[in-house]
Amino acid sequence: MRGDAPAQPPAVAALWRLRPYLRPYRLQLASMLACALGAEGAAIVIPLLAKSVVDGAIAHHDKSQLLPLGLAAIGLGVAEAALSLIRRWVQGSAVAGMEKSLRDDLYAHLQRLEPEFHDGWQSGQLLSRATSDLSSVRRFAGFGLVFLITTIATFLAVVVLLIQLNWWMGLATGAMITPVLIYCTRFERRYKVLARRVQDQEGDLATLIEEAAAGVRVLKALGRAPEAAARHTAQARAMYRTKVTMAELLGAFWSVLDLIPNAAIALILVLGAVAVTGHALTLGGLVAFITLALQLVWPIEALGYILASGEEAASAAQRVLEIMDTRPSITGPPAPAAGAASPAQLAPGGPGRGRARDDYVIFDQVSFAYPGHPAAAGAAGREGGGEPVLRGVSVAVARGETLVVTGATGSGKTTLLQLVPRLADVTGGRVLVDGRDVRDYPLAELRTVVGFGFEEATLFSASVRENVTFGAPGASEEEVEAALSAAQARFAYDLPWGLDTRIGEQGMALSGGQRQRVALARAILARPAVLVLDDPLSALDVHTEERVTQALKSVLAGTTALVVAHRPSTVALADRVALLDGGVIAAVGSHRELLASQPRYASLMTMEEVAAR
Amino acid sequence: MTAPVTAPARGPSWRGIAAEKVDDVPASLAVLLRRRSRGLLVDLLRPHRRAVGWTGAAIVVASLASLAGPWLVGIAIDSGLPPIVASGDGAPLAWIAAAFSVTVVVQAVATRAFVTMTGRVGQGVVLELRRRVFWHMLRLPVSFHESYTSGRVISRQTSDIEAISALFEEGLDSLVSAVLTLLLVGTGMLLLDWRLALVVLAAFIPLALLAGWFRGQSEIAYRRIREANSLVIVHFVETFGGLRAVQAFRREERNEEIFDELSGDYARASAWSSRLNALFASGITLVANLVIAAVLIYGGVLVIDGDLRVGVLASFLLYLQRFFDPLQDVSQFYNSFQGAASALEKLSGILEEEPSVAEPATPCQLPAVSPLPGESPAATTPGPGGAGRRVRFESVRFGYRPAQQADGEPPAPAGMVLPDFRLDIPAGQTVALVGETGAGKTTVARLMARFYDPLAGRVTLDGVDLRELPDAVLREEVVLITQESFLFEGTVADNIRLGRPAATDAEVAAAARAIGAHDFIVALPAGYATGVGKRGGRLSAGQRQLISFARAFIAAPGVLVLDEATALLDIPTERLVQAALRTVLHGRTAVIIAHRLSTVAIADRVLVLRAGEIIEDGSPAELIGGDGEYADLHARWAASLA
Repeated sequence: MRGDAPAQPPAVAALWRLRPYLRPYRLQLASMLACALGAEGAAIVIPLLAKSVVDGAIAHHDKSQLLPLGLAAIGLGVAEAALSLIRRWVQGSAVAGMEKSLRDDLYAHLQRLEPEFHDGWQSGQLLSRATSDLSSVRRFAGFGLVFLITTIATFLAVVVLLIQLNWWMGLATGAMITPVLIYCTRFERRYKVLARRVQDQEGDLATLIEEAAAGVRVLKALGRAPEAAARHTAQARAMYRTKVTMAELLGAFWSVLDLIPNAAIALILVLGAVAVTGHALTLGGLVAFITLALQLVWPIEALGYILASGEEAASAAQRVLEIMDTRPSITGPPAPAAGAASPAQLAPGGPGRGRARDDYVIFDQVSFAYPGHPAAAGAAGREGGGEPVLRGVSVAVARGETLVVTGATGSGKTTLLQLVPRLADVTGGRVLVDGRDVRDYPLAELRTVVGFGFEEATLFSASVRENVTFGAPGASEEEVEAALSAAQARFAYDLPWGLDTRIGEQGMALSGGQRQRVALARAILARPAVLVLDDPLSALDVHTEERVTQALKSVLAGTTALVVAHRPSTVALADRVALLDGGVIAAVGSHRELLASQPRYASLMTMEEVAAR
Repeated sequence: MTAPVTAPARGPSWRGIAAEKVDDVPASLAVLLRRRSRGLLVDLLRPHRRAVGWTGAAIVVASLASLAGPWLVGIAIDSGLPPIVASGDGAPLAWIAAAFSVTVVVQAVATRAFVTMTGRVGQGVVLELRRRVFWHMLRLPVSFHESYTSGRVISRQTSDIEAISALFEEGLDSLVSAVLTLLLVGTGMLLLDWRLALVVLAAFIPLALLAGWFRGQSEIAYRRIREANSLVIVHFVETFGGLRAVQAFRREERNEEIFDELSGDYARASAWSSRLNALFASGITLVANLVIAAVLIYGGVLVIDGDLRVGVLASFLLYLQRFFDPLQDVSQFYNSFQGAASALEKLSGILEEEPSVAEPATPCQLPAVSPLPGESPAATTPGPGGAGRRVRFESVRFGYRPAQQADGEPPAPAGMVLPDFRLDIPAGQTVALVGETGAGKTTVARLMARFYDPLAGRVTLDGVDLRELPDAVLREEVVLITQESFLFEGTVADNIRLGRPAATDAEVAAAARAIGAHDFIVALPAGYATGVGKRGGRLSAGQRQLISFARAFIAAPGVLVLDEATALLDIPTERLVQAALRTVLHGRTAVIIAHRLSTVAIADRVLVLRAGEIIEDGSPAELIGGDGEYADLHARWAASLA
């Protein structure tokens, strides 16, 4: 877990690249800065004013001057408070707004990255980037940035004043910035490695936490809670060590930043005394010099804090940009070519190659392999270094036809299906829908044309109605009811709040069979031109399955459908069956034909052992 | 199916996480929550007592040294420089400079010590808190997780704990040095002039009011922040847990709307809290500046009237500046303190949630008869093992409580799933449960694995109530494999080994081979060492199911419960699994739930469930021969195969 890969640009550059997110708030930032400088000014003037009151009005026993000067002090005091109020008030909303737009963009970007990307990234690493990393950036943008500037301004102003008081002593005092800077660079080099490491460890820890939360039933059922806790503890302890190392480094750093300006003051005291005895400086001059020099201690101490928070923000920005820089490899065509906009007219004579059949979905020499590196390869690993899952699959589904794809566990059925709505992209060959390569469709359009029913039904945390009508927002009450009926999901009407009952993770939990039926209703209601169903009945009991199969038959009657099944009962939906074996389509035909001609198919479909009982 | 009916009937109504979704809690409750958080903090700090003491000492030393610096400079100016000018006597100044150097070094050393020690103590506390919460989450019953959602579980353990960690990373010293400054400078001011000191002390009335107001408001604000933050995380986790569906159904835009709203709530909540902080911090500045002006005017009048010397007023003003500065730092600290406090409040709530499926107070041991002599169940290799355990359901009553709707609508009426369930499974028997969805099959399975406790009656294992068994023993004896084949980040071998962590590579491979998973596993890029990706995303559902099945196989418990554990397999693979089951179930008690009757065929006994009652009970052959429900089911199923 090295801090940064050799090729990576410095972390500060990453932070700098986030500046567009601050742009909408540049007015607020400018006013924050102005207020901070103003308040700083007022804070310096108030003691001066007090001094002039003491030296002037009071020393001269002039009561008439006392009141106006006192009022001026009150005015300045109120002004300082008001300026600091404005700065903090503005800062709060500006920085929260910046963090929000960064987070929204990150979320939107992640949603557009292909499933393969997400399979390769630990979930906790994504979450920690979207939460604690963005908070680091926010903290720096809020406090760090403004104070970095005010600190530098204060330092410069004080040094200029010191030089005016006594040029050589002023320069000597200002020179202490050199060891400070050298020390800062050394600190920075070590701290950035730790900052990055702790953020990565935070992500790893979040992954363990997330997995334990989502897989708590499995851990309980197998009694593996102690092992999970041991792994978590080991990870948390690794993070503990990094954090303690960070604290040690910070302790050393801050103590030196305390030491340098104070040592400088001790030196000034001695040098100044020498100068005073040599009549190079008046006593009053020395007093003023030292009083002023004391003002340098705070900015240098603050520098330590700012630098640490800046370093954290920078490596957080780097981590966030690692994701933002990953381009989605599955996107729509670069520019919507005007000519290709009406797909319906394109088909004749095209890829159908003069076949009499009206093929709607065509797999043309399709091959697919998962990328070789399980690491977060992102866009880089497109060629697919792994063992190919599909090698030259060619099969077509005619308009209105239902093709059932079957094959042994792990033969690539699901992979084949996912190529149609482009949840993954082919690594060779092409998939055509209505005569057009799926890669030439705008994604949204493709996914409207192609409806997908998953084997593991994913429901969104929303009402049953929203879940079902998602693919068909305009659906009428009757259509919803028809879809629910067809999917044998009328139980939804008996839920506590009927179709308005919230389901999904944040709502009412449904059984596996119920979830599958709601998801099926969703796929049916969308009435897509191509319906792709991945083993849609696996979680249903025999009775329900029978009823759903009946209903599905009529739904599929006029629909182009591609269905994965490995049960004879579901295969019955097919007009034709394709047998996927060894990464290619071994045979296509009717259930009966295949049963007779393909021993492999027969062994997949019959249970002679059981039937014999 | 959600939390059991028992859940709400527990303890005082604000216990545990009950207060989580409320920002503005009644005062009495706020006190209660504060006390609970404080109790937890004290408990966490206890092992670090000594270090806390040393840290405190280091902070005091560092603060005193940093206060002494300017004081020594003042002395140097007042009494170190004049002798030099007057007589060239540098000795006093040299002494002062030496003393100053010493304080500077002491300050540096003490600062380094306390920053390091605070880091150690703070991170130690955080580590312990992480461990406790993680472990507690695993002990909380399934029903808790079903209604609490994984996103919340995650947000508690990530951003809430980070808020506490942040408290230790910043400004603990500012509090101590502020208190010290107030004491020292306050005493100095009182000694200088009590009248002016009273003016300054009067400032503490508005300051106290301001602090009281801020505390109340920011408590609410930070509760809101924590809640809004956890909703952001919940939605984030949910989106990327089901990303394929999100993309396939073009849910992205709707999701963005929802996320925008949630993250907007969070941004508003944090903006609100920083505005509160703005008011508080600048309020302190205002009071401080007004006090300076008041002292200036009142002191001026006193001086002019001859009641006060000018020098005293001047020193008083100098002190005053130093008096209020640290208060600013304290307001900053108070802010992160409130953030940590509200996080601690949520976490202490989690830790207060009793595992309703709790460890027994007086654990019973199982009679050591079942496994064959010389073998402990955990060490048994798959294959003929012990005799299994006898499982009995004695008049078990159970029902679920529908989850509360997120916006707090009332829960729907409870339904009983098992009104009065009686079942006796002799050791070594394989029982199949069949019946329509909702008949209660899965509930029976979950009760056997003690995911829930019965509302009435008891479930026993060799005559011992499951509630009296230590968790470790229960999990060794009873393993439940469900259709939900959850894979963890790691390799294929890691995932199989979850069934028995001590298993050797050869045993893992043997288990995989026995159920027919070996072939596909060796075909993976790195064989058994292939990473499965997030949630096993690189494998097909059937492959995941095989791996999760291999866990059961390698765990080889006394009682195996399979709830639709083979539904996603193709027929030849299922056949292999069945052959393997025949071997592994020999000498074990097993309950198999399956829609596919092919799986049922290996059972010694079939139970048909309807509405939580057993309506048929007999051997498969008997039942097929009869004219009951099972005979009908079997006939239909056989027909569906043709």
